[in-house]
Amino acid sequence: MEHMGIEPGRLQFSWVSSAESTKFVQVVTEVTQAIKELGPNKTLVKSIPEVA
Amino acid sequence: MLGYIDKIKEVSKRLLEEGQVEMVIGFRKGTLSMMNEPHFARTPAEVQNFVWDSNCGINLCNYLTNRTEKIGILAKGCDSRNIVTHIIENKIKRDQIVIIGVPCKGMIDRRKMSSLFEGEIDDVIEDEHNITVKGAGFEKILNKKDVLQQNCAVCIHRNPVIYDERVADLVDEQTDIDRYADVREIEALSAQEKAAYFEKLLEPCIRCYACRNACPLCYCPTCFTDESRPQWVGKGQDTTDVSTFHFLRAYHCAGRCTDCGACERSCPVGINMRVFTKKLEKDCLELFGWEAGLDPDVRPPLDTYKPGDPDDFIK
Repeated sequence: MEHMGIEPGRLQFSWVSSAESTKFVQVVTEVTQAIKELGPNKTLVKSIPEVA
Repeated sequence: MLGYIDKIKEVSKRLLEEGQVEMVIGFRKGTLSMMNEPHFARTPAEVQNFVWDSNCGINLCNYLTNRTEKIGILAKGCDSRNIVTHIIENKIKRDQIVIIGVPCKGMIDRRKMSSLFEGEIDDVIEDEHNITVKGAGFEKILNKKDVLQQNCAVCIHRNPVIYDERVADLVDEQTDIDRYADVREIEALSAQEKAAYFEKLLEPCIRCYACRNACPLCYCPTCFTDESRPQWVGKGQDTTDVSTFHFLRAYHCAGRCTDCGACERSCPVGINMRVFTKKLEKDCLELFGWEAGLDPDVRPPLDTYKPGDPDDFIK
Protein backbone atom coordinates (compact mmCIF):
# COMPACT_ATOMS: atom_id res chain seq x y z
CA MET A 1 0.00 0.00 0.00
CA GLU A 2 2.82 2.37 0.83
CA HIS A 3 4.31 1.69 -2.59
CA MET A 4 1.07 2.88 -4.19
CA GLY A 5 1.38 6.25 -2.56
CA ILE A 6 -0.54 5.75 0.70
CA GLU A 7 1.39 7.53 3.49
CA PRO A 8 3.38 5.30 5.84
CA GLY A 9 1.38 4.87 9.05
CA ARG A 10 -2.06 5.17 7.49
CA LEU A 11 -2.34 1.42 7.25
CA GLN A 12 -1.48 -0.41 10.44
CA PHE A 13 -1.59 -4.04 11.48
CA SER A 14 -1.92 -5.31 15.00
CA TRP A 15 -2.54 -8.59 16.76
CA VAL A 16 -4.75 -8.23 19.83
CA SER A 17 -6.18 -11.16 21.76
CA SER A 18 -9.73 -10.93 23.11
CA ALA A 19 -8.19 -10.98 26.59
CA GLU A 20 -5.96 -7.97 25.93
CA SER A 21 -8.37 -5.11 26.48
CA THR A 22 -5.63 -2.73 27.61
CA LYS A 23 -3.64 -3.39 24.46
CA PHE A 24 -6.76 -2.88 22.36
CA VAL A 25 -7.37 0.54 23.91
CA GLN A 26 -3.73 1.43 23.41
CA VAL A 27 -3.75 0.36 19.76
CA VAL A 28 -6.96 2.24 18.97
CA THR A 29 -5.67 5.39 20.67
CA GLU A 30 -2.36 5.23 18.85
CA VAL A 31 -3.87 4.50 15.44
CA THR A 32 -6.51 7.24 15.64
CA GLN A 33 -3.91 9.71 16.82
CA ALA A 34 -1.53 8.80 13.99
CA ILE A 35 -4.29 9.07 11.38
CA LYS A 36 -5.51 12.41 12.76
CA GLU A 37 -2.00 13.76 12.38
CA LEU A 38 -1.91 12.59 8.75
CA GLY A 39 -5.24 14.24 8.00
CA PRO A 40 -7.82 13.03 5.47
CA ASN A 41 -6.62 10.58 2.85
CA LYS A 42 -6.29 12.07 -0.60
CA THR A 43 -4.75 9.16 -2.48
CA LEU A 44 -6.94 6.63 -4.29
CA VAL A 45 -10.11 8.38 -3.25
CA LYS A 46 -12.90 8.35 -5.78
CA SER A 47 -14.82 11.56 -6.04
CA ILE A 48 -18.52 11.06 -6.59
CA PRO A 49 -19.92 13.71 -8.92
CA GLU A 50 -22.43 15.97 -7.26
CA VAL A 51 -25.83 15.81 -8.84
CA ALA A 52 -28.31 18.60 -8.28
CA MET B 1 19.05 -18.04 -32.01
CA LEU B 2 18.06 -17.96 -35.69
CA GLY B 3 19.52 -21.40 -36.26
CA TYR B 4 16.98 -22.95 -33.89
CA ILE B 5 14.22 -23.24 -36.42
CA ASP B 6 15.36 -26.43 -38.18
CA LYS B 7 15.61 -28.21 -34.87
CA ILE B 8 12.25 -26.78 -33.74
CA LYS B 9 10.57 -28.11 -36.89
CA GLU B 10 12.34 -31.45 -36.61
CA VAL B 11 11.31 -31.99 -32.97
CA SER B 12 7.74 -30.76 -33.52
CA LYS B 13 7.32 -32.98 -36.57
CA ARG B 14 8.61 -36.00 -34.70
CA LEU B 15 6.32 -35.40 -31.73
CA LEU B 16 3.28 -35.08 -33.98
CA GLU B 17 4.19 -38.05 -36.18
CA GLU B 18 4.82 -40.31 -33.22
CA GLY B 19 1.52 -39.19 -31.73
CA GLN B 20 3.19 -38.03 -28.53
CA VAL B 21 1.24 -34.79 -28.73
CA GLU B 22 -1.92 -33.62 -30.46
CA MET B 23 -0.59 -30.18 -31.20
CA VAL B 24 2.55 -28.14 -30.91
CA ILE B 25 2.28 -24.49 -29.94
CA GLY B 26 4.88 -22.20 -31.49
CA PHE B 27 5.14 -19.07 -33.59
CA ARG B 28 4.51 -18.19 -37.21
CA LYS B 29 5.19 -15.03 -39.12
CA GLY B 30 2.70 -12.29 -38.36
CA THR B 31 1.07 -10.00 -40.87
CA LEU B 32 3.12 -7.06 -39.64
CA SER B 33 6.86 -6.98 -39.13
CA MET B 34 8.05 -7.66 -35.57
CA MET B 35 4.68 -9.21 -34.75
CA ASN B 36 5.03 -12.98 -34.82
CA GLU B 37 1.84 -14.71 -33.82
CA PRO B 38 1.09 -17.99 -32.06
CA HIS B 39 0.79 -21.01 -34.32
CA PHE B 40 -0.90 -24.24 -33.36
CA ALA B 41 0.42 -27.12 -35.47
CA ARG B 42 -1.90 -30.12 -35.37
CA THR B 43 -0.45 -32.01 -38.33
CA PRO B 44 3.18 -32.62 -39.31
CA ALA B 45 2.56 -30.51 -42.44
CA GLU B 46 1.60 -27.45 -40.39
CA VAL B 47 5.00 -27.54 -38.72
CA GLN B 48 6.43 -25.86 -41.84
CA ASN B 49 4.92 -22.52 -40.79
CA PHE B 50 6.90 -22.31 -37.58
CA VAL B 51 9.42 -19.47 -37.29
CA TRP B 52 11.84 -18.41 -34.59
CA ASP B 53 13.51 -15.03 -34.33
CA SER B 54 13.64 -12.12 -31.90
CA ASN B 55 9.96 -11.30 -32.27
CA CYS B 56 8.62 -14.29 -30.39
CA GLY B 57 7.93 -12.40 -27.19
CA ILE B 58 4.36 -13.61 -26.62
CA ASN B 59 4.12 -15.97 -23.67
CA LEU B 60 2.73 -19.20 -25.12
CA CYS B 61 1.98 -20.62 -21.70
CA ASN B 62 -1.17 -18.51 -21.92
CA TYR B 63 -2.65 -21.17 -24.22
CA LEU B 64 -2.10 -24.08 -21.83
CA THR B 65 -4.65 -23.15 -19.19
CA ASN B 66 -7.11 -26.01 -18.51
CA ARG B 67 -6.28 -27.84 -21.75
CA THR B 68 -7.05 -31.52 -21.71
CA GLU B 69 -5.14 -32.83 -24.73
CA LYS B 70 -1.44 -33.64 -24.98
CA ILE B 71 0.49 -30.57 -26.06
CA GLY B 72 3.98 -29.79 -27.21
CA ILE B 73 4.99 -26.22 -26.46
CA LEU B 74 7.98 -24.05 -27.23
CA ALA B 75 9.28 -22.43 -24.08
CA LYS B 76 11.80 -19.68 -23.51
CA GLY B 77 13.18 -19.17 -20.02
CA CYS B 78 10.27 -17.03 -18.85
CA ASP B 79 7.64 -19.23 -20.56
CA SER B 80 9.07 -22.33 -18.90
CA ARG B 81 8.77 -20.66 -15.51
CA ASN B 82 5.13 -19.86 -16.28
CA ILE B 83 4.59 -23.50 -17.23
CA VAL B 84 6.01 -24.50 -13.83
CA THR B 85 3.60 -22.05 -12.18
CA HIS B 86 0.74 -23.58 -14.19
CA ILE B 87 1.75 -27.06 -12.98
CA ILE B 88 1.92 -25.86 -9.36
CA GLU B 89 -1.53 -24.28 -9.70
CA ASN B 90 -3.05 -27.39 -11.34
CA LYS B 91 -3.82 -25.60 -14.58
CA ILE B 92 -2.07 -28.28 -16.61
CA LYS B 93 -0.58 -31.67 -15.78
CA ARG B 94 3.11 -32.23 -16.20
CA ASP B 95 2.63 -35.51 -18.10
CA GLN B 96 0.27 -33.77 -20.50
CA ILE B 97 2.92 -31.52 -21.97
CA VAL B 98 6.14 -31.98 -23.87
CA ILE B 99 8.19 -28.85 -23.27
CA ILE B 100 10.49 -27.92 -26.11
CA GLY B 101 13.07 -25.71 -24.42
CA VAL B 102 14.38 -22.73 -26.37
CA PRO B 103 17.42 -21.00 -24.84
CA CYS B 104 16.66 -17.32 -25.39
CA LYS B 105 18.86 -14.31 -26.01
CA GLY B 106 16.17 -11.72 -25.60
CA MET B 107 13.33 -10.37 -27.67
CA ILE B 108 13.11 -7.08 -29.57
CA ASP B 109 11.02 -4.22 -28.24
CA ARG B 110 9.02 -3.26 -31.31
CA ARG B 111 7.86 -0.03 -29.73
CA LYS B 112 11.44 1.04 -29.09
CA MET B 113 12.30 0.16 -32.70
CA SER B 114 9.40 2.14 -34.15
CA SER B 115 10.26 5.16 -32.04
CA LEU B 116 13.72 5.29 -33.65
CA PHE B 117 12.32 5.93 -37.10
CA GLU B 118 10.04 8.52 -38.61
CA GLY B 119 8.29 6.30 -41.13
CA GLU B 120 6.84 2.86 -40.87
CA ILE B 121 9.18 -0.11 -40.64
CA ASP B 122 8.56 -2.49 -43.54
CA ASP B 123 11.14 -5.15 -42.99
CA VAL B 124 13.40 -6.32 -40.21
CA ILE B 125 16.25 -8.68 -40.96
CA GLU B 126 18.34 -9.96 -38.11
CA ASP B 127 21.51 -11.93 -37.65
CA GLU B 128 23.05 -13.07 -34.38
CA HIS B 129 23.98 -9.59 -33.10
CA ASN B 130 22.60 -7.01 -35.49
CA ILE B 131 19.26 -6.01 -36.87
CA THR B 132 18.80 -4.40 -40.26
CA VAL B 133 15.72 -2.22 -40.38
CA LYS B 134 14.23 -1.20 -43.71
CA GLY B 135 11.45 1.25 -44.39
CA ALA B 136 10.38 3.90 -46.85
CA GLY B 137 13.54 5.89 -47.49
CA PHE B 138 15.69 4.48 -44.72
CA GLU B 139 17.80 1.47 -43.93
CA LYS B 140 19.77 1.15 -40.76
CA ILE B 141 21.72 -1.48 -38.88
CA LEU B 142 21.04 -1.60 -35.15
CA ASN B 143 22.75 -3.52 -32.40
CA LYS B 144 20.24 -6.00 -31.05
CA LYS B 145 21.40 -5.27 -27.49
CA ASP B 146 20.13 -1.70 -27.80
CA VAL B 147 16.58 -2.58 -28.77
CA LEU B 148 15.85 -5.48 -26.41
CA GLN B 149 12.66 -5.50 -24.37
CA GLN B 150 13.50 -4.09 -20.97
CA ASN B 151 12.54 -7.30 -19.20
CA CYS B 152 14.89 -9.23 -21.52
CA ALA B 153 17.72 -6.80 -20.85
CA VAL B 154 17.51 -7.55 -17.11
CA CYS B 155 16.65 -11.26 -17.46
CA ILE B 156 18.63 -13.79 -15.46
CA HIS B 157 16.72 -16.92 -16.53
CA ARG B 158 17.21 -17.10 -20.27
CA ASN B 159 17.43 -20.85 -20.31
CA PRO B 160 14.27 -22.89 -19.78
CA VAL B 161 14.15 -24.25 -16.22
CA ILE B 162 12.22 -27.34 -17.25
CA TYR B 163 12.12 -29.12 -20.62
CA ASP B 164 11.80 -32.50 -22.31
CA GLU B 165 13.43 -31.56 -25.60
CA ARG B 166 15.93 -28.80 -26.19
CA VAL B 167 16.56 -27.15 -29.53
CA ALA B 168 20.05 -25.78 -28.82
CA ASP B 169 22.83 -25.62 -26.25
CA LEU B 170 22.10 -23.53 -23.20
CA VAL B 171 23.10 -19.89 -23.44
CA ASP B 172 25.15 -18.04 -20.83
CA GLU B 173 22.98 -16.44 -18.20
CA GLN B 174 23.46 -12.72 -17.64
CA THR B 175 25.17 -11.86 -14.37
CA ASP B 176 26.02 -8.55 -12.72
CA ILE B 177 22.72 -7.06 -13.71
CA ASP B 178 20.85 -4.59 -11.58
CA ARG B 179 17.34 -5.93 -12.05
CA TYR B 180 15.50 -3.53 -9.80
CA ALA B 181 17.05 -0.11 -10.46
CA ASP B 182 13.71 1.27 -11.66
CA VAL B 183 11.80 -0.12 -8.67
CA ARG B 184 14.27 1.41 -6.24
CA GLU B 185 13.87 4.78 -7.93
CA ILE B 186 10.13 4.67 -7.23
CA GLU B 187 10.67 3.40 -3.69
CA ALA B 188 12.81 6.45 -2.97
CA LEU B 189 9.94 8.82 -3.80
CA SER B 190 7.68 10.31 -1.15
CA ALA B 191 4.07 9.15 -0.79
CA GLN B 192 2.71 12.10 -2.79
CA GLU B 193 5.34 11.70 -5.48
CA LYS B 194 4.55 8.01 -5.80
CA ALA B 195 0.84 8.71 -6.17
CA ALA B 196 1.59 11.36 -8.78
CA TYR B 197 4.04 9.07 -10.61
CA PHE B 198 1.50 6.25 -10.93
CA GLU B 199 -1.29 8.59 -11.88
CA LYS B 200 0.84 9.93 -14.75
CA LEU B 201 1.95 6.40 -15.72
CA LEU B 202 -1.62 5.15 -15.96
CA GLU B 203 -3.09 8.26 -17.56
CA PRO B 204 -3.18 6.80 -21.10
CA CYS B 205 -4.82 3.52 -19.97
CA ILE B 206 -8.01 2.78 -21.90
CA ARG B 207 -9.02 -0.25 -19.80
CA CYS B 208 -8.83 -2.62 -22.77
CA TYR B 209 -7.49 -5.37 -20.49
CA ALA B 210 -5.00 -6.53 -23.12
CA CYS B 211 -2.41 -6.83 -20.33
CA ARG B 212 -4.70 -9.16 -18.44
CA ASN B 213 -5.56 -11.23 -21.49
CA ALA B 214 -1.94 -11.62 -22.57
CA CYS B 215 -0.88 -12.73 -19.09
CA PRO B 216 -0.71 -16.49 -18.50
CA LEU B 217 -1.38 -15.90 -14.80
CA CYS B 218 -4.70 -14.15 -15.45
CA TYR B 219 -6.80 -17.22 -16.02
CA CYS B 220 -9.71 -16.59 -13.64
CA PRO B 221 -13.00 -17.58 -15.34
CA THR B 222 -14.43 -14.23 -14.25
CA CYS B 223 -11.94 -11.47 -13.58
CA PHE B 224 -12.62 -9.14 -10.64
CA THR B 225 -12.81 -6.26 -13.09
CA ASP B 226 -15.63 -7.92 -15.03
CA GLU B 227 -17.73 -8.77 -12.01
CA SER B 228 -20.63 -6.49 -11.27
CA ARG B 229 -22.20 -8.30 -8.29
CA PRO B 230 -20.37 -7.24 -6.25
CA GLN B 231 -18.58 -4.63 -8.28
CA TRP B 232 -15.09 -4.54 -6.85
CA VAL B 233 -13.84 -1.78 -9.07
CA GLY B 234 -15.49 0.87 -11.21
CA LYS B 235 -15.42 0.25 -14.94
CA GLY B 236 -14.92 3.80 -16.11
CA GLN B 237 -11.93 6.03 -16.69
CA ASP B 238 -11.82 7.41 -13.15
CA THR B 239 -8.17 7.63 -12.08
CA THR B 240 -8.87 5.74 -8.88
CA ASP B 241 -10.58 2.91 -10.74
CA VAL B 242 -7.80 2.69 -13.31
CA SER B 243 -5.10 2.52 -10.65
CA THR B 244 -7.14 0.09 -8.57
CA PHE B 245 -7.37 -2.24 -11.56
CA HIS B 246 -3.63 -2.11 -12.18
CA PHE B 247 -2.63 -2.41 -8.53
CA LEU B 248 -4.98 -5.33 -7.91
CA ARG B 249 -4.03 -7.16 -11.06
CA ALA B 250 -0.38 -6.86 -10.08
CA TYR B 251 -1.20 -8.14 -6.59
CA HIS B 252 -2.85 -11.21 -8.07
CA CYS B 253 0.48 -11.96 -9.73
CA ALA B 254 2.53 -11.65 -6.52
CA GLY B 255 4.94 -14.54 -6.20
CA ARG B 256 3.80 -15.84 -9.60
CA CYS B 257 5.01 -13.27 -12.11
CA THR B 258 8.09 -14.29 -14.08
CA ASP B 259 8.57 -10.89 -15.72
CA CYS B 260 7.93 -12.30 -19.21
CA GLY B 261 6.82 -8.86 -20.34
CA ALA B 262 3.62 -10.07 -22.06
CA CYS B 263 1.52 -7.37 -20.36
CA GLU B 264 3.75 -4.50 -21.40
CA ARG B 265 4.19 -5.94 -24.88
CA SER B 266 0.47 -6.21 -25.47
CA CYS B 267 -0.40 -2.72 -24.24
CA PRO B 268 -1.71 -0.62 -27.14
CA VAL B 269 -0.76 2.63 -25.43
CA GLY B 270 2.65 1.54 -24.17
CA ILE B 271 2.19 1.62 -20.41
CA ASN B 272 5.00 -0.04 -18.50
CA MET B 273 2.83 -1.85 -15.98
CA ARG B 274 5.78 -4.10 -15.17
CA VAL B 275 6.81 -1.54 -12.54
CA PHE B 276 4.02 -2.97 -10.36
CA THR B 277 4.76 -6.66 -10.85
CA LYS B 278 8.48 -6.03 -10.51
CA LYS B 279 8.04 -4.37 -7.13
CA LEU B 280 6.21 -7.50 -5.95
CA GLU B 281 8.85 -9.71 -7.52
CA LYS B 282 11.52 -7.76 -5.66
CA ASP B 283 9.62 -8.01 -2.37
CA CYS B 284 9.14 -11.77 -2.79
CA LEU B 285 12.84 -12.17 -3.38
CA GLU B 286 13.88 -9.97 -0.48
CA LEU B 287 11.31 -11.13 2.07
CA PHE B 288 10.90 -14.79 1.15
CA GLY B 289 13.93 -15.55 -1.02
CA TRP B 290 11.46 -16.60 -3.69
CA GLU B 291 11.64 -16.51 -7.44
CA ALA B 292 8.57 -17.75 -9.26
CA GLY B 293 8.46 -20.84 -11.42
CA LEU B 294 11.82 -22.41 -10.75
CA ASP B 295 10.71 -25.72 -9.23
CA PRO B 296 7.34 -27.50 -9.60
CA ASP B 297 7.83 -29.26 -6.26
CA VAL B 298 8.18 -26.17 -4.07
CA ARG B 299 5.03 -24.41 -2.88
CA PRO B 300 4.96 -20.63 -3.41
CA PRO B 301 5.34 -18.26 -0.42
CA LEU B 302 1.71 -17.13 -0.47
CA ASP B 303 0.38 -20.59 0.33
CA THR B 304 2.93 -21.72 2.87
CA TYR B 305 3.67 -20.58 6.37
CA LYS B 306 7.13 -20.61 7.89
CA PRO B 307 7.84 -19.54 11.46
CA GLY B 308 10.51 -17.20 10.16
CA ASP B 309 8.19 -15.29 7.79
CA PRO B 310 8.69 -11.53 8.16
CA ASP B 311 6.07 -9.99 10.48
CA ASP B 312 7.62 -6.67 11.48
CA PHE B 313 4.57 -4.83 10.13
CA ILE B 314 2.32 -6.30 12.87
CA LYS B 315 2.49 -4.15 15.97
